[in-house]
Amino acid sequence: MSHLNEEELIQHYYGDEQARPANEKHLDECETCRAEFARLEEMLGAISDAPIPERGGEYGTEVWNRIRAHLPERQRRGWFDWMVQPRGWAVAGALAALLIVAFYLGRISRPEPQSPTAKVEDKDRKVLLVALGDHLDRSQMVLVELSNLPKTGEVDISQEQQRAQELVASNRLYRQAAVRNGDNDLAAVLDELERVLVDVSHEPSQLNGEEMASIRQRIESKGILFKVRVIGSKVRNDERRPGTQDSPVSRSSSRQTI
Amino acid sequence: MEVGDLAVIRQVQAGDRDAFRTLVERHSRTVFRLAYRMTQNEQDAEEVVQETFLRAYKSIDSFESRANFSTWLCRIGINCALTLMSQRKPSQPLSGTDEDGEEYEIQVPSTDPGPERRVLSGEVRDRVAKAMSQLSAVERTAFVMRHFEGRSIEEISNVIDIKDGAAKHTIFRAVQKLRRVLEPLGGYAL
Repeated sequence: MSHLNEEELIQHYYGDEQARPANEKHLDECETCRAEFARLEEMLGAISDAPIPERGGEYGTEVWNRIRAHLPERQRRGWFDWMVQPRGWAVAGALAALLIVAFYLGRISRPEPQSPTAKVEDKDRKVLLVALGDHLDRSQMVLVELSNLPKTGEVDISQEQQRAQELVASNRLYRQAAVRNGDNDLAAVLDELERVLVDVSHEPSQLNGEEMASIRQRIESKGILFKVRVIGSKVRNDERRPGTQDSPVSRSSSRQTI
Repeated sequence: MEVGDLAVIRQVQAGDRDAFRTLVERHSRTVFRLAYRMTQNEQDAEEVVQETFLRAYKSIDSFESRANFSTWLCRIGINCALTLMSQRKPSQPLSGTDEDGEEYEIQVPSTDPGPERRVLSGEVRDRVAKAMSQLSAVERTAFVMRHFEGRSIEEISNVIDIKDGAAKHTIFRAVQKLRRVLEPLGGYAL
């Protein structure tokens, strides 16, 4: 009988292993593994039981009293303030994208156009391609700027964050349109892009070198910048090309797997 | 009826600074526990708590309603703890020999424990602190999130930005190192 190794025992302790029933059965039957598992449980249990300093019910108030003087006043937002805030611009951008996508989808959901309307169809397609191309260009710029920020010291990424926030909502709409059109390659790239944009939006605005390295690593490890570049350049090529009846987003990516 | 986190966040985002107090009062103890587990030092944990809420306040406009505030705060807390730990210079290296006969050094936090800490089962805590100080930043983050916070592998891999399999392996390495330090001391009746 082969015994469970240390990694399997640790995964069993946390319930992370796939073969849980089999391992449980093995532990029931194997005294050696049972003893080893008991030792592991004892050690990890002891770590859990190690006391941490108590903090009473008023602790939250104490923390608040300590930090409140350091919190900058926030500007109360009226309707106009809301419009000039990054979030307002993000919503405006998303609405614009929604209009373009909805307009385009309305067009392609109609019956196959006859020759006279084909030119109109082509214009619609180009409107979408221009908007999508612009979105990809702006996303690319944010990613490039983040990748090129200083590698040491404290870095302020608030501007890049604002632009990332603005792009998230539009990106979601383009992704949904791509999914609806069955353009899985484009949808996958937009999905990856959205995750990176959301991650960047959620980071604190002041980052140290280590945190910046983590963002850079996230961008580089997924090759997202390269994928956005490829898709962007294909979209730009399609803009220039005379129209066909295919979905533009589909045509822009389905011929090459990213 | 208690107002949910999201409603309070919306108030703060709309310009109500004092509404942030509710979030601080609600989550301070959780952040302190996490910070203490990460730093193994009370003063450092207090610093991390403050910094976490300051950063959260400054970044609250970027908080999205689909995210969980506690998870978001946890992520900021871990980043703050890692930043602070990287600034602390370790001292008091303890040397030893591992099971392969290779020499190793244990780095313990440089801050003096002080009388209060000693009273609170200081010896026990110091043993765990010594063991935890053997872990790399990534290992410590993964272990604290899994063991103490009960976070899923998926959440851990998201925070550290590694794949699920790598997160599992990181936890394995962390536990292995802890065993190497704690088991020779024997008797876990801590």
